[in-house]
Amino acid sequence: MSDTKSACYICKGCGIGERLDAGQLSNIATREGRMQIVKEHDFLCNAEGVKMIRDDIDNENVNKVCIAACSRRAKTEAFNFEGVMMNRTNLREGVIWIRPDDEESRETTQEMAEDYIRMGCADLKYMNLESGSGQQLRNDHILIVGGGVAGMTSAIEAAQAGYKATIIEKSGELGGWAGKLKSRTPSVAPYADPADTEIEAMKAAIDAFADVTVHLNATVAKTSGAPGRFSADIATESGSIVTENFGAIIQATGFNAYDANNLEQFSYGKSADIVDQAGLEALALAAGDGAIKRPSNGAEVKRVVFVQCAGQRSDKDGELSYCSGHCCSTSIKQAMYFKDQNPDIDTQIIYTDLRTPGSAGEDFYRSGQRKGVTFTKGVVSEVTADLKVKLKDLILDEEIEEQADLVVLATGQVPNAGINIDAVVSDEDNAGEEADNKIAGISVLNLDYRQGPDMPQLRDGYADSHFICFPYETRRTGIYATGTVRRPMDIQQAKDDAAGAALKAIQALENAALGRAAHPRSGDLSFPQFRKEGCTQCKRCTVECPFGAINEDEDRYPEFNESRCRRCGTCMGACPVRVISFENYSLNTLGEQIKACDIPDEFEEKPRILVLACENDAYPALDQAGMNKITYNPFVRVIPVRCLGSINSSLVIDAVTSGYDGVMLMGCPKGDNYQCHFVRGSEMAHERMSKIEDTLKGQGLEPERVQPHEVSIADIQRIPQLFNEMGELIGEIGMSPFKF
Amino acid sequence: MSEQYTNNFLKEVEQNVEEGDWVKMCMQCGVCAGSCPLGPHWAHPPQEIFMMIRANKREEVLTSDSMWMCTSCYNCIARCPRELPITHIMHGLARYAKVQGLAPQNQPTAKFGQLFWDNLMKKGRVNELKLGVALYFMNGFVEGIKTALAKSGLGMAMFKTKRMDPMEILGGHGIKDPGSLQKIIKKAQELEAARTQSN
Repeated sequence: MSDTKSACYICKGCGIGERLDAGQLSNIATREGRMQIVKEHDFLCNAEGVKMIRDDIDNENVNKVCIAACSRRAKTEAFNFEGVMMNRTNLREGVIWIRPDDEESRETTQEMAEDYIRMGCADLKYMNLESGSGQQLRNDHILIVGGGVAGMTSAIEAAQAGYKATIIEKSGELGGWAGKLKSRTPSVAPYADPADTEIEAMKAAIDAFADVTVHLNATVAKTSGAPGRFSADIATESGSIVTENFGAIIQATGFNAYDANNLEQFSYGKSADIVDQAGLEALALAAGDGAIKRPSNGAEVKRVVFVQCAGQRSDKDGELSYCSGHCCSTSIKQAMYFKDQNPDIDTQIIYTDLRTPGSAGEDFYRSGQRKGVTFTKGVVSEVTADLKVKLKDLILDEEIEEQADLVVLATGQVPNAGINIDAVVSDEDNAGEEADNKIAGISVLNLDYRQGPDMPQLRDGYADSHFICFPYETRRTGIYATGTVRRPMDIQQAKDDAAGAALKAIQALENAALGRAAHPRSGDLSFPQFRKEGCTQCKRCTVECPFGAINEDEDRYPEFNESRCRRCGTCMGACPVRVISFENYSLNTLGEQIKACDIPDEFEEKPRILVLACENDAYPALDQAGMNKITYNPFVRVIPVRCLGSINSSLVIDAVTSGYDGVMLMGCPKGDNYQCHFVRGSEMAHERMSKIEDTLKGQGLEPERVQPHEVSIADIQRIPQLFNEMGELIGEIGMSPFKF
Repeated sequence: MSEQYTNNFLKEVEQNVEEGDWVKMCMQCGVCAGSCPLGPHWAHPPQEIFMMIRANKREEVLTSDSMWMCTSCYNCIARCPRELPITHIMHGLARYAKVQGLAPQNQPTAKFGQLFWDNLMKKGRVNELKLGVALYFMNGFVEGIKTALAKSGLGMAMFKTKRMDPMEILGGHGIKDPGSLQKIIKKAQELEAARTQSN
């Protein structure tokens, strides 16, 4: 602490000077906050004000700066001082804008500002400069698992950006499913006719790049490390294992076709003339420029029926519940195979909802209609082995049976995401060895992570994705799922997706090289550190880390992989012995802020409500409440936190036993449709709070003094409302007895 | 059975019905059916008619009175997201049904259409008095007298305000040379017959 010098700058602009007694705030910063330099300025974010701070940093060796002005989310470009620890004490959105401008409120508003100054100074005092761990070097090599459209596109995009790529393809050829198509749905105007798949051109492009290596008939035997220093054992065609290092990984393992043999109602397998879409592509490729014949007897095809949603969008057991997205366009394209060859062939597409996503979709649909493809809105109940199609026409509301020469079933995509590690974990818990047999599937990445060999699955077997906020990010930092392993999609969408994944992989490896965090705290240099001598090896941090960043070393102590870490602090919140912290964000910085707040004694009738607000959603919502001049309870003291997951129960217990009358935790919606940037933070917080009830009761406190809430960024009316309700509740149950 | 959902009737409609080649472009959204002010009064809204054409239901479509109910309000055309000229197709289908002799018997719109046409062709102008009288007696003599008596008040009012000239019954006004008009129409009908024949 000896070589630190702290300064506090109090802005009087935006009405702060008129509403608050800045001189008194300066006094508090000097006397209670122990700031060595305290300055007031009329307009801190203008060039002159910023220069004043800059001069102090340069000439006075100031390295801790408390800026008491607007919210930390405002004026970030003006107040941007590298290598300096900073606290942004929020007097504008957090104080004057949420309080009425009248004589009556003046005293409580001033007290609010004073407390925030105390808290800001306390935060600074316990903050250290973040430095990064230097765990890894820059590695510009990207591992791409899967050589289909997505994998090939990622490789080409990475190579074009000047990065090295290695493709691991388990089959003997690049191209994946797209390589088995006669044509694809068009991707350029006028979107009227089936187009060339361009797989050959992509293969040629990959051949031409010196920096793209392709391993065919190869798999990944083992993956370990972290972004910037991944190490992969590649089981090559020759049977030998090659170990290479990579900066980032793209998983483009695509999909398997749904097994149409499950669809007994459609007699798949009972007649050679009932095929799935892949089967029709094979027939079309075999026919070349000639007419597609009936596979059973080589006869001319006069009438083709396409059954959409075969085994998809279904609630039946063993069928797919989701829409695979590409099949309507694919059926239109396949109907064109017939119509373009001979317009007299009847082609009928039976659908319940025709879905042709993408820019080409609607135009391509019209083109199909123009070419005379018949579209019937109906549900097919049965296809018999002699190709009688039974359907209910939903427009004419009648049951119909018709005869076809060829039936094409539009079955769906089943993602090839490897092992469902969550199922493995829960089975281990429940059934032991018996469950091992149930775990079908072959691991794709064979990750040497404590948390399992593949990335977590989101739903329906699709690989992980933060579907609301950043769809590319998975819970395995530096590993990006792309293409049909991430969600159902067609060739064009897979290409676009793969280009994005390549850029994310580049970003991840460059960030890792600089010791910076990936999304969403991108650029953050701090990382978890732990006091080994205090650790009890309880493993709670390794289990609760949403990103699998923590392994165990040989002595069973946690081993932090900095560049896998997303800096949410869930480990810090989990640790029962409080040994995990970040340099600039720790139990100390939070705890001292909580302590710094002035707690008036019981008889002053001025309660204190501590609010720990998620910096991603709840805090911006509060800023917006300020901008909208929504007033709220003056006894609220808000501390922004990285994630509710970083809140250790001990902090909350300390707060209520040191005189706070209520504690509110403001996090994101949790559960299946979670919005938490760190996936499980809000959920963990709710769980932890449910467990401190007994402790509170033991202290003679009402459990309702501690309330976790799920709020979203749009709740700018609701959050102030919740504050006010908490104020009313305290009025009812009385002040905390812990005021000393 | 196996004739169902073949494109035979769709092709016939495309070749013979005014704007019939639009029928295949319908995407079955149902906006036309929801927009039609006469919706509750017909057996089949346009959406269904188009689906029936695609389902090869020739008899059912052409004998239906649905398309005769169209009042040409153009709501469906204005709203169709696929920009189908639905009103025109409805009239085209009605006309084609009549030419084919399949239009429903005693369909009032069809009857009125014929009366109007015959009236117009005589002098090249519509004689409203004669058309009105013909309309009263469309369903028989007794019915006609009853209607005429019921409407006599309206007739007298129109006469007093010079909205109706009783002398029109004796011949009425017309264009200078109705003979030439009739020749033009005849020629047009021959041309159309030749065109349909060639199909």
